[in-house]
Amino acid sequence: MSLIAVVTVFILAVFVGLEVISKIPQTLHTPLMSATNAIHGVILVGGLLVLGRADSDLMLGIGVAAVFFGTLNVVGGFVVTDRMLEMFKGRKRGKGA
Amino acid sequence: MNPEWIDVSYLFAAVCFMLALKLLNSPVTARRGNWLAMAGMAVALVATMLNPKIDSINLGWIGGTVLAGALIGAVAGRRVAMTSIPQMVALLNGLGGAAVAMVALFEFLDALHRGVSPPPTQAVTTVLSTVIGSISFSGSLLAFGKLQELLPGRPLTFKGQQVLNLVLVLFIAGLAFSLLVLQGPTLAAFLLLFAASLVLGVSGVMPIGGADMPVVISLLNSFTGCAAGLAGFLLMNTALLIGGGLVGASGLILTLLMCKAMNRSIGNVLFGAVGSAVASGGASAMAGRQPKSYTPEDAAILLSNSNSVVIVPGYGMAVAQAQHQVKELADKLMAMGVDVKYAIHPVAGRMPGHMNVLLAEADVPYDLLYELEEINPLFPETDVALVIGANDVVNPAARYDKSSPIYGMPILDVDKARTVIVSKRSMNPGFAGVENELFLTDNCVMVFGSAKASMSKISAALDNL
Repeated sequence: MSLIAVVTVFILAVFVGLEVISKIPQTLHTPLMSATNAIHGVILVGGLLVLGRADSDLMLGIGVAAVFFGTLNVVGGFVVTDRMLEMFKGRKRGKGA
Repeated sequence: MNPEWIDVSYLFAAVCFMLALKLLNSPVTARRGNWLAMAGMAVALVATMLNPKIDSINLGWIGGTVLAGALIGAVAGRRVAMTSIPQMVALLNGLGGAAVAMVALFEFLDALHRGVSPPPTQAVTTVLSTVIGSISFSGSLLAFGKLQELLPGRPLTFKGQQVLNLVLVLFIAGLAFSLLVLQGPTLAAFLLLFAASLVLGVSGVMPIGGADMPVVISLLNSFTGCAAGLAGFLLMNTALLIGGGLVGASGLILTLLMCKAMNRSIGNVLFGAVGSAVASGGASAMAGRQPKSYTPEDAAILLSNSNSVVIVPGYGMAVAQAQHQVKELADKLMAMGVDVKYAIHPVAGRMPGHMNVLLAEADVPYDLLYELEEINPLFPETDVALVIGANDVVNPAARYDKSSPIYGMPILDVDKARTVIVSKRSMNPGFAGVENELFLTDNCVMVFGSAKASMSKISAALDNL
């Protein structure tokens, strides 16, 4: 992929990120923070790629750390978010929303 | 798998993430949004494993590590108490930051080892993702420590702190310049960069008070997103670029929304050192005055004789796990024909929306919860405001005392109710470390004790009336 293509993708992603969060009710601030926290766990993809080509003990150690931390971030993040959102189900909001 | 199919899978994952954020804007669709993000993540991870560059020799390591991480993550995520969610998010965010820094470290050592000098983009993004990832890691851990009360929640300040931070920033910038332009990559400079960034994360978060931690965590969440996006440049990986970029940007917007809910600017939160002026006017004016203390039985009589009651739950209720007792009391009052409402401050608990989650856990119906703007006009017609373990969010000083660190924060006007009953463990100041004159006003009475015990006692006393 050319550099300019990569930069384009990144900048467009940033703009989508800025636009997609609009007037969210305060109720959802915590779950939203928690969900985006889980999504940046996508760094696990990077962790898998580096661990996959580790060829010495040192590199293996660093790769294992990256994958371990990344997995905790992804799994813990999604589980916690789901637990929070589970409690909202089937209830009416007081106003608006 | 054909590399093109891997990229198609990443595109699918990216679309899932974007739609997920959209669905998370409404309580009705939020849970589906989170599931969609999970699905996208699963697709991205499976596709990554099919990348031919992953050496099958290391598959055992990958499988074992992922399994261990997933197991620990799932158990911790299921077991963590709802009251501890803020620190859990801080911890997970810190781990994400650490993962980014590890990936960057790997890439750096790899290039150094092979003696190839990476293209400028890669060199710059390696340095940036190391710095931002490390700041996010150490800053989040400190935030975790403050929220978990392993460290004092008060702002920790010392003379010249701002100068130290500035020096650190300049030092990091200098190191980065040296690494990228002057000397080229050396291990010593890189490790120094790592260490300096870790220190900056700690010293940047240290002066920020515990009550502002949600904003800090949200900002560091955005940082980790940015760092992950930058790692996408490093690995030329679209899943990282888009996932990281999305979180970096949306996290920033969320941070600004949270600041707005507290009527503060982001600069004020980060550099204002709330609470450093504790010893100002308010405290001395309160010296020597005693609050009125009520027994739970007195409180029960007062409540049973009222027509309308507004319950103001705060973090004290949450730590005491008293939400079930509060609900029981509210149910009894409602059965006696008392009109009961709950007033939820935007930052009640320790994060915006945290209190709603806790009350939902206790099955409190949603339509009884009122937000600040809805409930404040109703206080003058309210017989009793029952404040349970809340402090800073009902401090009238926020309305007029310009010397108060919480001046300007919107508060619940409980002092306008005919009587205020405050359930509190002691007269200790709240999380922001500010004294509260509400407790000494004529229409306020205190019921001392843990929220759980006090609520049970008031409930029992209601039965015996």
